[in-house]
Amino acid sequence: MEWITQPWPWYVGGPLIALCMVLILYFGGTLGLSDNLRTLCSMCGGDQCAEFFDFDWRQRKWNLVIALGLVIGGFISHKYLTPDQAVQISPDVVEELVAYGIEDPGSTYVPMEYFSWKSLQTLPGLIMLVLGGFLVGFGSKWAGGCTSGHAISGLSNLQLPSLIAVIGFFIGGLLITYLVLPHLLPIP
Amino acid sequence: MKYLKFLIVGTFFGIVLSKSEVISWYRIYEMFHFKSFHMYGVIGSAVVLGIISVQIIKRQKLKTIDGGEMDFTPKRLSYYRYLIGGIIFGMGWALTGACPGPMFILLGKGVTVMIVVLISGILGTLAYGMLRDKLPH
Repeated sequence: MEWITQPWPWYVGGPLIALCMVLILYFGGTLGLSDNLRTLCSMCGGDQCAEFFDFDWRQRKWNLVIALGLVIGGFISHKYLTPDQAVQISPDVVEELVAYGIEDPGSTYVPMEYFSWKSLQTLPGLIMLVLGGFLVGFGSKWAGGCTSGHAISGLSNLQLPSLIAVIGFFIGGLLITYLVLPHLLPIP
Repeated sequence: MKYLKFLIVGTFFGIVLSKSEVISWYRIYEMFHFKSFHMYGVIGSAVVLGIISVQIIKRQKLKTIDGGEMDFTPKRLSYYRYLIGGIIFGMGWALTGACPGPMFILLGKGVTVMIVVLISGILGTLAYGMLRDKLPH
């Protein structure tokens, strides 16, 4: 049973993701989590602001329940299944991040320098968390899906729009990674 | 009871994504630097098995648990929305290291500041909804 508490390799994670996608289809849903952002908007009265949010969100409750499951799954994984939170990232990346001033990169699940409440008091932290989150919400709805909806569900169904979206994800990700992050990450 | 199965699969999905580390900012950073096979292995094997599964489902005309049709709503082909929307999404993904699913999982993992990312994501969705008629699709 020891393997459960170790990080799961790609050939375990990938197939289990496919299994989840099939299970959700079997249950009458479809895997796509950015849908919840729209639903949450509608629940909070977004239908007063735009027609886009004027739909019967009660029919999408099953997807919110999946999101609730994600929170629980994260908690269970954190509390009971992952005694060591370290992420075995490549030595090249570690070296690069050390040069930016990140202490012991990979020793925690996410870099606490940026993913903390204190980080919100800095401009780089605001850009990464607030602007980053905003772009995820804006972009996923414009593109009609996110990583789960396009890269997993859409590509599995051989949909050309999803392939275009995934290519877009990579262009955007590479732009930020090479042009913006080198200016945001260095810790003064 | 109708929702219990979704709660269970959601919980399982949360554990799978946590344990395979695909929701770690470090893994996303590493992926965009092409420094590790891990993320490509996870997404690639999920997609290959996903394609095989969907083909089997369609050929065998498998039904949902309630006997209904499975939801394979085709997306209308266009370029603007998928490419530009996708680029914007990718920018946010590289900044936060989290797409919508992982935001929820990281909250459960105790990264409480993710609530700010999630609220920003909801505001981004709201902004899209309000500008939708003016954007190319």
